[in-house]
Amino acid sequence: MSRFLNILAAVLVFLPLPVLAGKLGLGRPALPEEIAAWDKDVRPDGQGLPAGQGSVAQGEEIYLERCAACHGDFGEGVDRWPVLAGGQDTLTDERPIKTIGSYWPYLSTAFDYIQRSMPYGDAATLGADETYAILAYLLYMNDIVDDEGFTLSRENFTSITLPNQPSFRNDDRPRIEYPLFRDRCMTTCKDHVEITARAANVDVTPK
Amino acid sequence: MSEREKTDRTRRRFLTTSLAALGGAAATPALSGEKPDPAITEVQPWRRHLGPGVDASPYGLPSPFEAQVRRRNVPWLTADTRSSINFTPLHQIDGIITPNGLCFERHHSGVAEIDPSRHRLMINGLVEQPLVFTLEDIRRFPRENRIYFMECTANTGMEWHGPQMNGVQFTHGMIHNVMYTGVPLRLILQEAGIKASAKWLLAEGGDAAAMTRSIPLEKALDDCMVAFAQNGEALRPENGYPLRLLVPGWEGNMWIKWLRRLELGDKPWMQREETSKYTDLMPDGTARQFTWVMDAKSVITSPSPQAPITHGKGPLVITGLAWSGHGIISKVDVTLDGGRNWTEARIDGPRLPKSLHRFYLEIDWDGRPMLLQSRAMDETGYVQPTMKALKAIRGENSVYHNNGIQTWHVRENGEVENVEVS
Repeated sequence: MSRFLNILAAVLVFLPLPVLAGKLGLGRPALPEEIAAWDKDVRPDGQGLPAGQGSVAQGEEIYLERCAACHGDFGEGVDRWPVLAGGQDTLTDERPIKTIGSYWPYLSTAFDYIQRSMPYGDAATLGADETYAILAYLLYMNDIVDDEGFTLSRENFTSITLPNQPSFRNDDRPRIEYPLFRDRCMTTCKDHVEITARAANVDVTPK
Repeated sequence: MSEREKTDRTRRRFLTTSLAALGGAAATPALSGEKPDPAITEVQPWRRHLGPGVDASPYGLPSPFEAQVRRRNVPWLTADTRSSINFTPLHQIDGIITPNGLCFERHHSGVAEIDPSRHRLMINGLVEQPLVFTLEDIRRFPRENRIYFMECTANTGMEWHGPQMNGVQFTHGMIHNVMYTGVPLRLILQEAGIKASAKWLLAEGGDAAAMTRSIPLEKALDDCMVAFAQNGEALRPENGYPLRLLVPGWEGNMWIKWLRRLELGDKPWMQREETSKYTDLMPDGTARQFTWVMDAKSVITSPSPQAPITHGKGPLVITGLAWSGHGIISKVDVTLDGGRNWTEARIDGPRLPKSLHRFYLEIDWDGRPMLLQSRAMDETGYVQPTMKALKAIRGENSVYHNNGIQTWHVRENGEVENVEVS
């Protein structure tokens, strides 16, 4: 008997960590209402957009009430809060301004983000119509639509493309950078070394 | 011992003796051997009186003499501390594990204060059966313990335009390294049944920002985890309590805190944090997206501007951290002369993939100025580049992924400053 137990113990010692052949049966089915309450993400192809619409004029009214305190009446940004309009042709400047008009590749991102995180401190309180309206106004402020009577809706949403979309490409560091960064020089790697800049001269470090 | 080392040692002995002879205030009594050290001869209060009892601090705190060891932010950097970042005090810690209370914080809408009994994790999208888990459910899956670094994509980002912050806490402190306990993400996803058409995963937080990122399914099924503990205790609220996603080796923004939902889909969602943010603007105005991996990087944590040399010349421990999102660090080199000549440093402690590595170089400092740098090489043969080499490709307008070599200028008096060298 004890020998049997010893053999059993030896077998147990060599058992691998639990192999889960099948499911554990954990969790419970998510109800459609629960999924609808949380799954509000929107993709560039329009998947996830709710029914609704809003005009530039409606958007201006909502924007001034809910957004302008941080982002400014004209999307110029108050203090260090994000600038929302303008910045076109600044991406090669010393201080590029990245807005929906100048940098963002997809309009769906803005819809998703406004519904998800805005207004700051009072998130998830904007309805679909309000979000369409704010976006219509942002498109107008960014000169992407020039018709003051424009209305944005689920139906015409994917017809709007943002101007900077073609400027994005997937990570190319493996091709461009990695082959260059392989030299582990150990001796006499440079002829001469001098200090070319000092943080002390900038003097922005917290005391 | 070389002739110069002999000379240095002789000179050092001479200086010590001279200072003692002069009764110099700078000379430590214990070293002079002439005046008895009151730290020894006088009975200290803690030698005489009873200290606090066992329950004085049910959740222990560091010594009050360590009160200066703390996370710090840069007030001018952001408009509001609830959408901001602070920094791990790398110059004040050693080894490879970051104490939980010192792990840097990055929040987009403040720290979610979540009641765990009301927290749920949902899986939906391209799955056979959408599911909801409680925290108790998550703890019934098989667990793993893994040590990983977590680095904010913007770490060292303030240094793109040249040296700016005089302190390794501020130049490199958007990183921490802890042991996580959690469940392999693939086990949780398999429970719902992944449909063949699924190629991407969207992870979503339960905070007021409901932070989201798209992650390729291949990575999700490889080494991602859903963690509930760090360094043996529950996640701290500021690090995602009660659940956070781990995306080892990849940029910190993807490690969704307060994780509440996982959605499977056939395309990326192009969320704000993967388009308008965390993309890399190149000098011609184009931009890189999906730059997920954190490339090999290292930095000397001491001496550094916040940790100057206070003991004068002689034995000096140079120490720092190295890490790579591609795996293990194979070598760390240190230069004292701004990159002309390099010496291989000693890596001590666990050498784990996608974890911080601790390195040391012990020298006999002759008291002359130094231009200190460290340079990491990872298991792929990638060698940490200079900031100049990075700028030659990426220009000046980049914000993220600055893994360039850092230079500290050590003065004769032991003070250290952040500089750029030719």
